[in-house]
Amino acid sequence: MLHASANRARWRASSTEIQNSKSKIALLLLGLCLPLLGSSQVVVGSKKFTESNVLGEIAKDVLTRAGMQVEVKQNLGATIICWQALRQGSITLYPEYTGTLNNEILKHTDTRTDDQLRAELKTYGIGMSERLGFNNTYALVMLKSRASQLGITKISDLKSHPDLKCGPTLEFLGRKDGWKPMAERYGLNLANVRGIEHKLGYAALQSGEIDLKDAYSTDADIQTKNLQVLQDDLGFFPQYKAVYLYRLGADPRVPKALQTLAGKIDEPTMVRLNAEAEKTKNPASVASEFLKQKLGLTTTAPTTTSWLPELLHDTTVHLELVGISLGLAILIGLPLGIWASRPGFGGAAILSITGLIQTIPSLALFALLVPVAWLGASAKTAVLALFLYSLLPIVRNTAAGLSGISPGLRESAAALGLERGARLRKVEIPLAMPTILAGIKTAAVINVGTAVIAAFIGAGGLGQPIQTGLALSDNDLILRGGIAAAVLALLVQFAFDGIERLVVSKGLRRF
Amino acid sequence: MRELIELRGVTKEYRDGPAVHNLDLSFPEGQTTALIGPSGCGKSTILRLILGLVAPTSGQVLFDGEPVMPDTEIEVRRAAGYVIQEGGLFPHLTAGENVRLMARHLGRPVAETDKRVQELLELTHLSGDTMRRYPGELSGGQRQRVGLIRALMLQPKALLLDEPLGALDPMVRAGLQTDLKDIFRKLGQTVVLVTHDMGEAAYLGDQIVLMREGQIVQQGALEDFQRRPADPFVTEFLSAQRGLVAL
Repeated sequence: MLHASANRARWRASSTEIQNSKSKIALLLLGLCLPLLGSSQVVVGSKKFTESNVLGEIAKDVLTRAGMQVEVKQNLGATIICWQALRQGSITLYPEYTGTLNNEILKHTDTRTDDQLRAELKTYGIGMSERLGFNNTYALVMLKSRASQLGITKISDLKSHPDLKCGPTLEFLGRKDGWKPMAERYGLNLANVRGIEHKLGYAALQSGEIDLKDAYSTDADIQTKNLQVLQDDLGFFPQYKAVYLYRLGADPRVPKALQTLAGKIDEPTMVRLNAEAEKTKNPASVASEFLKQKLGLTTTAPTTTSWLPELLHDTTVHLELVGISLGLAILIGLPLGIWASRPGFGGAAILSITGLIQTIPSLALFALLVPVAWLGASAKTAVLALFLYSLLPIVRNTAAGLSGISPGLRESAAALGLERGARLRKVEIPLAMPTILAGIKTAAVINVGTAVIAAFIGAGGLGQPIQTGLALSDNDLILRGGIAAAVLALLVQFAFDGIERLVVSKGLRRF
Repeated sequence: MRELIELRGVTKEYRDGPAVHNLDLSFPEGQTTALIGPSGCGKSTILRLILGLVAPTSGQVLFDGEPVMPDTEIEVRRAAGYVIQEGGLFPHLTAGENVRLMARHLGRPVAETDKRVQELLELTHLSGDTMRRYPGELSGGQRQRVGLIRALMLQPKALLLDEPLGALDPMVRAGLQTDLKDIFRKLGQTVVLVTHDMGEAAYLGDQIVLMREGQIVQQGALEDFQRRPADPFVTEFLSAQRGLVAL
C-alpha cells in the first residue's frame, strides 16, 4: 500500500510527505549555517520509493565496478531534497525523470529537448546522463484477460468500447494531463466513469467492478496483478524518462560509467525489478542480479546481509547524532540558561526564542523553509536541528533551577565574600544541578526519538531501517528501527539516572 | 572606644517605602550591639547595608574606616561573618565543606584551616563527626553552631547575626545564648545582633538599639529603657515582651 503512495509522491508536492516529516522542517531549518561537505567519495542519493532505490543501487554497482568508492543514501526525500543535496554537494548523483526536471525543477511550462535541458543544467554545475530507456508516466491499465477478450491494446481502441466501466483515481480525473484532456484528445466517449482510490481501484479491477483505471507505467502492480498497459498511441502523456543527474565537478569516471546504462532498462524490465524489489525487500540484490544478467557484470557486494551488524551500525550513527547535538546544546544551553535566570529583557528574550523554535507549527515552518532549502542533506544538518530541539529543555531547566534557589542561600553565598563567578560555580550551579540534569535528560530522550527523522535527509541512524521499511512496505524493518530507538531512549534514561548519582550532591538527594 | 562600623545619614528606600531613614548609628569595637524592634523596622536592612548586599539610597556606611562601595564590598564581606536564621548553610556541602569553603577558595594552608576548625568546634561545643554530615542531617541547634563556625573561620573583625536563634525551641535557644555570650567574650568580638526578643537583646547586648519604622527610638541599656523610656512606644514594646520581669 505504501509503495503506491510513495510512488505518487513524486508527482505531487505531496501532503503525505509533509505529514510524515514533522521535524524535517527543523532538520532543514538551519543548514544555512553549515559549511559545504567536501568528500572524494561518490555518494548516490535516491528518492523515497522502490524504483528510485533500485536505480540508486544499480548506479552504485556500476560505479563500484568502475573502481570508485561509493556510498548510497537511500530515501533522501522528495524531489526538492534530492535536488538541493545534489547542488550543495552532499550527494554526487541521483536518479530523476525528465518530466520532473522540466516541470518541477526547472519550472518550464513547455517541454524542452534533452540537449536544451543539459545546457540549462550546466549553469548549475549539473550533468544529465543518457536516458535509461523506460518512461514512468501515467498509463491506462486493464486486466490482461479482459483486454485480450475485447481485443484492446492501445488507448484509441477504447473508442469502440464506450460501455467500459472506468475507475480512475480522483487525482487523475482532475489533472491537466489527466482524464478529461486525454479523453478529448483521443475522442473517447466513455460515459461510465467514477473516481476511485488507487488501491481500491486495483481490487475493483480484479473483481470486475471496473474495466479500466490509471496507473504508473512501471508500477510493480502491473506485473503482480497481471495488467495490460494500453499503448499511448497518440503520445498524449508527458515523458517521464529516467536519467541520472550528477555533479559535473565529480570524478570524470562517473558519467563514463553511467553511459553503460544508456537505454538498458525498458518498461517491462523496470516493472519486473520493482516487483522483485518489493517482494524481496532488497533493492541491492535486485540491482546486482539485473546487472549480472543484462550487462554481464558481477559485483563483489554480498546480496544479503545479516541485519544485526547493520542495526548496530545504525545505532552507533544514531548515538553519534544524539551525542554531538546534545553536547553542543549543553555547551550553549547552560550559559544561555544562566543568562535567562537573571532578571531583565535579555533573559526573557532567550526563553521566548528557544520556546519559539519548538512552538511554531511545523507545517508552517516547513512551507516557509522549502524555498530556501539550499542546505545540505547531511549529518551536520541533522545535528543542528537536534541541537535546536535540545536547547529549550536545557535552557529552561537551567534558568528555573537557578532562579529557584532560596534568597537566603543566595545572600549567604554573597555575604561570605565569594565573587560572582565563584558563587555560580561553587554554590548556585551545584544547587540547581538536579533541575539542570533533568532538563538535559529530557533533551536526550526527546533527541533519541527526534533523531529518527534524521534518516529523511540521509543522515542515517535508526530512522534508516524505518525509512527503508516504509519505502519497501517492510514491517520487520520498521519494527526493528522503532524498537531499537525505543530501547535506546530507555537506556539513555537509565544512563542519566546513573550520572545523577555521580553529579548531584548526596546532600541534595537525601532530603 | 573605636567605632568599627558607622552609618552616617543613611537612607534606604525600597519600592514600597523607606526601610531606614536618615540613620546615624555606630558600633563600637569589641562590643555587642543588639538591634531590636518590630518586624519591618529596618533592623535586618542595617546588616545588609553593612555587607554591601544592598546599597544606600543616600548616606554612607563605613567599615573599619573604609566606605562600603561596590569595589570594596568583597573585602568587607570577608572581614565580616554573617549568620542568618537556619544558618544559611549550603545543603549540597557537608558541614565541614561549608565551614572550609572560603578558606579553600582563598587558598589558605590546610593545616592552618584544620587547626581553626578544631578551635571553633571546641568553642561551640560541637563534636568532630558533625563536620562529615550534610546540613539536612543536623538538628536546628547544630546547624546554627556550624553556621557560627563558618562565620568565624576567617577571624572576622565583626560578626553580624540576623535572628540566629529565631527558629529554635526554647531549651536549645537558651543553651546557645549562653554559649554565644561565652564565645563573644572569649574572642573579644565586635557583634551586631538582630533580634526581636528583648530578653535575648538584654542578655547578649552591651547596648540595645530599639527601632521603629526605620528610625532609632532609644539606645542604651535595658535599665534606661525601663526607667527613662524616650517614647511611649518603648514602654509599649517592653510590656509586650512577657517574662522580662524575671530579668
